[in-house]
Parts: sequence; structure tokens; C-alpha cells
Amino acid sequence: MSLGFLLRRLLLAIPTLVGVAVIVFVLLRIVPGDPIAMLIGPGATPADIQKLRELYGLDRGLLDQFVLYVGDLIQGDFGVSISLRQDVMELVLGRLPITLELCLAAIVIAILIGGTLAVAGVYWRGRWPEAGVDGVSGFILAIPDFLWALLFILFVVIFAFSGLPISGRLSHEIRFDALTNFYLLESLVRLRFDVFGSVLLHMLLPALSLALPLSAIIARVLKSSLNEAMTQDYVLLARVKGFSRIRIVAREALRNALVPTVTLTGVQFTFLVGGTVLVEKIFSYPGIGNMAIDAVINRDLPLIQGLVLTFAVLFIAVNLLVDMSYAVLNPRMRHG
Amino acid sequence: MSAILDIRDLHLDIVASRRRNHILRGVSLDVRPGEVHGLVGESGAGKTMVGKVVLGIAPPTAQVTGGSVRFDGGEITHMPDRARRSLMGAGLALIPQDPMTSLNPARRIGDQITDVLRLHLGMGAGEAGERALALLRDVHIRNAGRVVRQYPHELSGGMRQRVLIAIAFACRPKLIVADEPTTALDVTVQRQVLRLIKEMQENAGTAILFVTHDLGVVAKICDRVTVLQAGRVLEHGPARRVIEEPEHPYTRALMKATPRYDRPGDLLEPVPPALVDELNAAAAAYDRERAGA
Repeated sequence: MSLGFLLRRLLLAIPTLVGVAVIVFVLLRIVPGDPIAMLIGPGATPADIQKLRELYGLDRGLLDQFVLYVGDLIQGDFGVSISLRQDVMELVLGRLPITLELCLAAIVIAILIGGTLAVAGVYWRGRWPEAGVDGVSGFILAIPDFLWALLFILFVVIFAFSGLPISGRLSHEIRFDALTNFYLLESLVRLRFDVFGSVLLHMLLPALSLALPLSAIIARVLKSSLNEAMTQDYVLLARVKGFSRIRIVAREALRNALVPTVTLTGVQFTFLVGGTVLVEKIFSYPGIGNMAIDAVINRDLPLIQGLVLTFAVLFIAVNLLVDMSYAVLNPRMRHG
Repeated sequence: MSAILDIRDLHLDIVASRRRNHILRGVSLDVRPGEVHGLVGESGAGKTMVGKVVLGIAPPTAQVTGGSVRFDGGEITHMPDRARRSLMGAGLALIPQDPMTSLNPARRIGDQITDVLRLHLGMGAGEAGERALALLRDVHIRNAGRVVRQYPHELSGGMRQRVLIAIAFACRPKLIVADEPTTALDVTVQRQVLRLIKEMQENAGTAILFVTHDLGVVAKICDRVTVLQAGRVLEHGPARRVIEEPEHPYTRALMKATPRYDRPGDLLEPVPPALVDELNAAAAAYDRERAGA
């Protein structure tokens, strides 16, 4: 992996982000809804409204607003949230770690479930477990993440299953003066295993909801590329060498089958991040997805813009990571 | 001298979507310890399938319907997986046809040699690494120390075939099936690789079942030869005798269809279609007789 490649990719991210900023800005001005009307009570006088409009710069022309917005962006100023009256950058960065940890947990779960299903399907190729794997992954895939979330909540409520929390991020009984919002990481570093356990438990259902559809996709793609790898001549030679089937699947086929799976997982991960918007809301999980819904309901234009840009940066970062992983996985791609 | 590999009256069908195709129609041959036995025939004669049955890697659609394959005195036709695995690598090995696809592109050359040593000879990482270096030097790879750390795509086809030969000989097997090991190679490299296989075989005293369609190769390397057509053995005997005075008209036709380095001016003649028709008809008659019996 050359530094030049990394630099080139980072430079290419700039026009993408500019494009996203423009589109979000224009879209938000097209859709109906007045942030000021959402902000003040019904008894406000036209003069009050006018004053607020001036305060947020909403009285100016579209082009003026845009120039102002971009000018501020370049200086790292994302504006002030209309509904929360706080700096957008601070708000978003404060909550971003919560969503990042959730997404990370979800992707780990998805890889574990999907990988296990795929390997089992390939190992028992042509026998009933393979049909089982296909059936299970088809079923999982048919239900979207937010529906899984609702199903899990229904399940917990119906069976009065108090062991599994369905809202929030940390049990109220636990006092934890966090320095960062990376609770999972921080509790681990500070050896607060009670916190770690509680955060993990609260994370389980939302992460599982996000992970399940992705795990089914991973299972399908990995299984078909594993099956293809298993027909290769080097697998035949490994059989002649006398290796067991599971060892051949794990060591000869897996690594060669990973490239298409990683590509797809990267693309699907972006959907997973999008899925946090609904799933976090359903589980009252305090991440940026939850925040995005509130921002939209309140027509909080600066906050929405900040959040969308944040999602865009996440997508670009994930894609860059995926591209970088190719070189690790495939020795033939290590040059250039 | 008792044979290391003894195939008796082997019958094999390929069953695909309710159709049953006879591939091997009573093949018998024996490979003696330390000899190179050529198995010759045209495409589709079933020669590669014989090799696959011996190695236990016949496709799932292949059914052995009769006969026996004995290796080192023991029956291996319907051997359970686990027992066969301990036989592979150590007792039986393969030099594959296509060196470009037979090495795992994602694993280092060294690992692909040491894994089999560690599995069958119980070597530790260090010892296996040393042995891998020695093996690479045996197959005349210079700078073996660098090659073990390289990936297959960094080597040429000839180099990869040398690596595969090193892997085949790694555990000093009693029998190696060489499945057209020179077909995918450049002509100039072919002769080097052939010489190398012969050299390794003589040093190790390994028996080789050499599957090929190339009678020129047979003349160079084989002690005895079996000629296969439509899954039946037409002729067998010492390589020199079969090539110089072929008994069967099909073998004679095959000889005329083979280019020879020592007679570059000779014109090649295709195997006469009438002869092929006659032989195929005989094979069909054999099938009918067997079905009736």
C-alpha cells in the first residue's frame, strides 16, 4: 500500500464531499417545512419570526445562504443547531462514537453469523445442512433491520424477558463518569467490566437487528465464492496432500473467497450505517441515527447538513478501508 | 516383483442427470515399484479418470461399477475418507497438469511445501522449512531461500511446475500420478521438466503412473506403457517394444499422428476415422454384452 495511493484517494474524497454538501443544501431548501415555525410557539408575532429568520440567515437569498454555508464549512464551522442551540460539530462528534461502536458490534456479529453459515453450507455441500443454510439466510434476508428490531422488542415484552434491555445504552444503576463517548472501549481500558457488560447487553439487540440482514448477505456471497474456490485445482491438490475437508475450506478456499465478500460487505456496511437511523430510534439508542430523526422532525437544517456530511465521510472511509484490504487479502494486488 | 499399483478390470460410469456414460470398460494395468508406467490415449479415452480413481479424487458423479484398485497390497477403491487421507501425500502423490492453477495464489510457496511435511512426517516448522529449501534445491531452483517467501504469481510456469514436483516428492511417496505434467508448458520447458521428473524418480526410486497423450514423452521417460482407447486397454508392454513395433493398428496410427523431434520433416497423419469408428463400435458391443451378462 503506497502513500501515493492513500493521498490520491483522500484528495478524491474532497469533490465527493463538496457534491454531497451541495445536494443536501439544495434538497433541504426544496422540501417544505419551516424551521422557525417549528422553533417558536404559536403566539409569536411576525416581528419575532422575522428576527429569528435574520439570526439564522434564513432571510437571505439561496445563493447567499449557500456561499455563507460553504464559507463556514471550509473554516470547519458546521453552524449552530436550530433546535438544540449548540454547535453542530460538537453535537455530532459527541454522539458519533455511540453509533460507531454500535456499527462495529453489528459488523462483527454479521461476519460471525454469516461466516459460520457459509462455511457450514460449503462443508456439508449437497447434504441437508446446506439446504438449511440457504433457507435460514433467505429467511433472515427477507426481514429488514427495523422489523427485526420490532420483533425483538415484541419478543422481550411478550416473554417479560427482563434480562435483555430494549432501550438506552447503559443501565441507570451504574455510575460511569465517561471521558469519551466510546463507552465500550473506555470501560475496557479503565477495567470497568460492569460498565462494559451493561453496554454490551444494551447493544446486543440493536446490533443484532442491524447485523442479521447483512449476515445473510455475507453468508450467500461467501458461500458461493467458497464453493467456486473449492472447484479450483489447488483444492484438488490439497485433497491429494491428504488434508481434511474443514482444513481445506478454512485454509485453501477461505482467503481466496474473501475478496468478493469484503467488497460486498463494504457496500452493505453503508446500508447498515443508514439502518442505524431507524434502529437507534426504535431502541432509544442515543447515537447520531437517533439524532438524525429528531433533526428532520424539527427541520433543523444545520444539524441535518452536518449529519449527512458525517454519514458521507463514514461511507468514504469504509470504502477506502475496503480497497486497502484487497492488498492484504490478495498478494497479486500488492504492487502499485 | 509384486506391483505397487494393481488395477484389475476397472469399470467406471459417469452418471449425470439419469444418463449413464461408460468411461472405463475393464481397465487392467500394474505399476511395479520404481518404474515409470505410461498411460496413453486420446482425449476422452479415460486415462485421466484412471489417475483420479487411484488418487480418490474422481468427481462425485463417477461410479466405480466393478473391478479393483490395489495400492501397496491393499484395496483402495472404496476406502473411507479418513483412511485414505493418511495414505495421500505420504504414500500417493500427484504432479498436476496445470502449474498455473494448482498452487494456491494466496499462500506462500514455502507454506505449500511445508504443510504436507508437517501433516505426514510430523515435522516442526523449523525442520519442515529446512526440508522445503532442500527440496527446492533438488528440483534445481536457484535462490530457494527467496522462492519460499514468494507467492505463485511471482514465478513462471516452469518454476511453478518444479515447485509442484517438489511437493509431490516431499514425503517420498511410493507412487506418483503424473497427470499430463508437461502439457501446459512451453516446449523448451517441457524437456527440462521431463528430465527433472525422471531424475527425481530415479533418485527416490518412486513409481510413476504417467498419464499422457504424447507418445514422444512416453519414449523418453517410460519403462512400460498401456494404451487406452474408449476406456479399454488395447495394448500394453515395454515402452520400447510398443513404440518401435506396435501390435495394435490403433497404436500404429497414434504413432503416425505424433510429431517427432528427430524427424521434423515427416508429415503427420490423423488417426483414420474408420479405425476409430470400428473401435467405438467394439466398445459399444462390449457394453451390450456386459449389460446382457
